[in-house]
Amino acid sequence: MINFQYSRAADVADAVRQLAAEPGAKFIAGGTNLIDLMKEDVERPARLIDISRLPLKTVEETADGGLRIGALVPNSDLAYHPKIAQHYPILASAILAGASAQLRNMASTGGNLLQRTRCHYFYDTVTPCNKREPGSGCSARNGLNRMHAILGASQQCVATHPSDMCVALAALDAKVHVTGRSGERAIALLDFHRLPGTTPQRDTNLGADEIVTAIGLPPRGFAKHYSYLKIRDRLSYAFALVSVAAALEFDGGAIKEARLALGGVAHKPWRDAKAEAMLRGRQATRDAFTRAADALLRDAKGLAHNAFKIELARRAIVRALTQAALGTPQSQSDKKIR
Amino acid sequence: MARTNAARRIGEAIPTPAKVEVALTVNGVETRLEVAPWTTLLDALRDRLNLTGTKKGCDHGQCGACTVLVDGRRINSCLTLAVMKDGAKVTTVEGLATDGVLHPLQQAFIDHDAFQCGYCTPGQICSAAGLIAEGHAKTADEIRELMSGNICRCGAYPNIVAAIRQAMAQS
Repeated sequence: MINFQYSRAADVADAVRQLAAEPGAKFIAGGTNLIDLMKEDVERPARLIDISRLPLKTVEETADGGLRIGALVPNSDLAYHPKIAQHYPILASAILAGASAQLRNMASTGGNLLQRTRCHYFYDTVTPCNKREPGSGCSARNGLNRMHAILGASQQCVATHPSDMCVALAALDAKVHVTGRSGERAIALLDFHRLPGTTPQRDTNLGADEIVTAIGLPPRGFAKHYSYLKIRDRLSYAFALVSVAAALEFDGGAIKEARLALGGVAHKPWRDAKAEAMLRGRQATRDAFTRAADALLRDAKGLAHNAFKIELARRAIVRALTQAALGTPQSQSDKKIR
Repeated sequence: MARTNAARRIGEAIPTPAKVEVALTVNGVETRLEVAPWTTLLDALRDRLNLTGTKKGCDHGQCGACTVLVDGRRINSCLTLAVMKDGAKVTTVEGLATDGVLHPLQQAFIDHDAFQCGYCTPGQICSAAGLIAEGHAKTADEIRELMSGNICRCGAYPNIVAAIRQAMAQS
């Protein structure tokens, strides 16, 4: 690993001040992704600002009946938090579908948002990668691209966002609370991550001087009708080929509200307002679910090795919506998909 | 090209940081160390404290051989900077036995022949100790899922699950 300076942040304001004072500095919290990237020579920070001791480790109820999750709550604590398990089980399920128990014990909520793609070429510093070295080219577009994007990709980048947690947060309409030199602001989770376009080096819309302080969840938790279905090459501890967060609310027999977010398919958690609108007011039938899936995937494009993900996504959407409608969410320990 | 840039970067001068003092309680013993900021907890344990029971497998958080307990929680010590754990209590595989009596998990791994080469075993055992303390696994399926961060290249998984079930029943 490279040499770097190390300092601790005394509070959020001090963290922002230290970050602004040194352009090559980075925050470190759980370290599960950043230390790995530093060992691979992908990230080369001149200074690590340790924010792991800041008091951002609580889950609190908000006035509107939602929750505010501190950015430093470990992933495992969040997944097993009674309020999350009870009111937002889709978030608990998504978190437990990702990484390993050890990594979830270390990884922070904010760090999960900011983790970088696991595209092999991004990690391999002897190959061109526009995300790592803007303008150097994309090795994945015509290389090994089984894990790569089928939606929203660009000529410059076909990487996917690796998080499971963020897919559930996208379905729940979560907000990201951040603080910078000009004060605090909240960013909708769907606007937090970016599509690659011509600037794939920028994963998110977080400002260069900003720190993530919390995640806000609205009151609606879809605890009765939800499922997080993750399809991957191994049964556990692997990144998604396709994952689906499906959440429904019913009024009588008709769907009142529908949320559908996909992971493993794009540079950000993928939602489609049109596909969700097609489900509202409809009965929960296979036909309705298939139409919504077709709508969501209308612009999907396959590469040499990942075209199978389009049909896989279609089937996973129908299955996850079916599981949600029946109130039989996918188990993350019994791996049978029913 | 990235290769050119990598070559260019060698000239970038980052001043060598001063070493940082870190206080750790390792297996009940208070220890003070001076480490460079980039020293991982794994390297501090193995190279500075000569606690070589904790293994360096992949060094990237993928294999679990480096699993130790920090303040009672299982983590990958290869992805942890020692300096960030100043003040923490660390338990390694060397700290599990008490007064010469094996920890129930150590005994269970022997009883069930839950290893072949043994390289992953310290990490498996520390991870299983964390798993039992967490209390979220009851069934074999749940044990398998929550132990998936520990890879066994010899494929001793069925016996590892049996060993953990035995120790879990005793706890």
